[in-house]
Amino acid sequence: MGFSEVSSQKKLVTNNHIKMKVLKLATAGSVDDGKSTLIGRLLYDTKSLTTDKLEAIEKTSKQRGYDYLDFSLATDGLVAEREQGITIDVAHIYFSTATKSYIIADTPGHVEYTRNMVTGASTSQAAIILIDARKGVIEQTYRHFFINNMLRVKDVIVAINKMDLVDYAEETFNSIKADFEELMRKRDYQEQKITFIPVSALKGDNVVNKSDAMPWYEGQTLLQHLEELDLKDIYNTGTPRFPVQYVIRPKTDDFHDFRGFAGKVYGGELSVGDEVVALPSQTRSRIKEIHFHDKKFQTASRRSSVTITLEDEINVSRGDMLVKVGDLPTIDKQFTATVSWMDSDQLVPGKKYVVQHGVNKVLAKVDRIHHKISPDYSGIDTDVSGLGMNDIAQVSFKLNKPIFYDKFKDHRTNGSFILIDSQSNSTVGAGFIS
Amino acid sequence: METVTKEQELDTALLGATGDVANALENEAIYIIREVAAQFERPVLLFSGGKDSITLVRLAQKAFWPAKIPFPLMHIDTGHNFPETIEFRDRLVEELGLELIVRNVQDSIDQGKVKEETGKYASRNMLQTTTLLDAIEEFKFDACIGGARRDEEKARAKERIFSVRDDFGQWDEKNQRPELFDMLNGQIELGQNVRVFPISNWTELDVWSYIEAENIEIPSIYFAHKRKTFLRDGLIWSAEDDVVFRAEDELVEERIVRFRTVGDMSCTAAVESEANTIAKVVSEIRDSSISERGARIDDKRSEAAMEKRKQQGYF
Repeated sequence: MGFSEVSSQKKLVTNNHIKMKVLKLATAGSVDDGKSTLIGRLLYDTKSLTTDKLEAIEKTSKQRGYDYLDFSLATDGLVAEREQGITIDVAHIYFSTATKSYIIADTPGHVEYTRNMVTGASTSQAAIILIDARKGVIEQTYRHFFINNMLRVKDVIVAINKMDLVDYAEETFNSIKADFEELMRKRDYQEQKITFIPVSALKGDNVVNKSDAMPWYEGQTLLQHLEELDLKDIYNTGTPRFPVQYVIRPKTDDFHDFRGFAGKVYGGELSVGDEVVALPSQTRSRIKEIHFHDKKFQTASRRSSVTITLEDEINVSRGDMLVKVGDLPTIDKQFTATVSWMDSDQLVPGKKYVVQHGVNKVLAKVDRIHHKISPDYSGIDTDVSGLGMNDIAQVSFKLNKPIFYDKFKDHRTNGSFILIDSQSNSTVGAGFIS
Repeated sequence: METVTKEQELDTALLGATGDVANALENEAIYIIREVAAQFERPVLLFSGGKDSITLVRLAQKAFWPAKIPFPLMHIDTGHNFPETIEFRDRLVEELGLELIVRNVQDSIDQGKVKEETGKYASRNMLQTTTLLDAIEEFKFDACIGGARRDEEKARAKERIFSVRDDFGQWDEKNQRPELFDMLNGQIELGQNVRVFPISNWTELDVWSYIEAENIEIPSIYFAHKRKTFLRDGLIWSAEDDVVFRAEDELVEERIVRFRTVGDMSCTAAVESEANTIAKVVSEIRDSSISERGARIDDKRSEAAMEKRKQQGYF
């Protein structure tokens, strides 16, 4: 389908909406890079803004004396933000096209909000990094790229925005692209796919509709790129892991002996007949049935929330994990991880936290902080006594009992954890196991 | 060609040709509901009789099948509900064999805890908060599952899936826990509680499409019907119940209407519609250009209306 056709439709939704694919997308940009405007433009050009929302935007834009519609008003949600004119937290924005439902995690790009960017990127499979064409690659860009690369977001779009303010010049685009490619050499996750697109969010160039002002650009528009992403490729695959969330025992006449293990399948598929090992007991059994509501299935796909029964009566409870025989994760009481610290109280060696690894919780003690990592690729700092808010560091932990983990680079779900402060109960950090 | 049975069709659907789940949102919601049952001692599902909470009940059924839903439903009754909603509510809990708790805003008014609003825009929507907080305290609920969606309103776009409320039920939007991957941190202090939103990531159309696909029964007021109505501020109000304030010069006319939400009658406007089946409702929503909350007058009071109500503990 041609793109002009898509944008001329009233509502870009198909009949089998319920089977539509969901793509979660993170955005990163510095103050005034026009991130909210870009999102507003995406919503506007895909006809996702409803009449009443549009009217509200028109009214407020007029009140403030603007010459154009301020699309950023569509997303900046909280009063405090509107007063300061900045986005201060993660906001979620929704729109759909004929092929996909999109969920945008809109996160602010200031230095002090590294934690929000990490949070947004953790749930996303693709990311947009915004660059102001007048400013080019700046220190903030390093940070945005670093975080998306650290979180192993598979597909990154570098949107070079405000092209209208640099006369839509190809040289400017190429020079920024070259600077960014320089930066890409330093990345850890080399396989990350990166695409450069020149846009003007304000004028609508190459966001949804192809720009007439930049005939030299032959690539896809931002939305075309997103539309063509194949979810099969973009979800991180690995080996199947099934952390048990809840044990279902109906104790009714019809299901007298039913003992089902409810959970979500991560990484790969599990099928009836698969030989499995329950961790930590290391007891073996075979998958007897896979239930989803009142139907039975042969195979449970990635990310499905199913209930599994086993051939043998073995003791499995919440926090345990079913894995395939011969495909065990690391079972250990210690690990080293890259930690993103998110609390105003410092992380210091010797301090104890709760590690939540999937649905499993264990007590952990900070064994050693190896070094801090500058998220702008300027190097590491080995002289560290503690971690402050927004610091990223390599940290070793000792646990009070073993967990069953994979390396983050091999398994995005089973290789990550959060840290909980047992006094405040707050989530104070996130970690990616090395 | 061979006929595909319902079972085979579902089998492929769950597998997904691409190795991905057919309905990621449904699977995500089931995961969240199971986390609530596992992490909390006294959870409750806040049930309004509206389509979102009806969807939640279906998802909870799926999450625990073949066991029953392991927590009660609670309805905060403003006393201004559409009678069709109440009738529907009672039938649903009866059929599913669930426990239903009802607490009334009228009682909070009678006890002098809240004061009834008066005038043209009088509504009990704000008053619900007190009744809800009292009920949470009475039953010592530590988790309240609700059907709020992030796409409904700007302030809700920032809401977490597990949203911690303090002893006063208040939401501190600047001090929210980060939520990474799909790990949900439900650790709280005594006296605190968590509001849980399993369908956070669903849009209005997602909910309607799900209701259609699952063939879920919903109250009749969601479908086109004849109703005595009057116009105010460009919105259509029900004139059949004395709950809605109507000035004498506001003319009563019969219209074919349906409701897009089933909140407090006094602040829920109708839309003119011929959609009398789910399929027609879904296609109407798809083509519609007025957002759902556009028909709720309480949000129009001010741009920051929802955020203020949320800080005070509104659901």
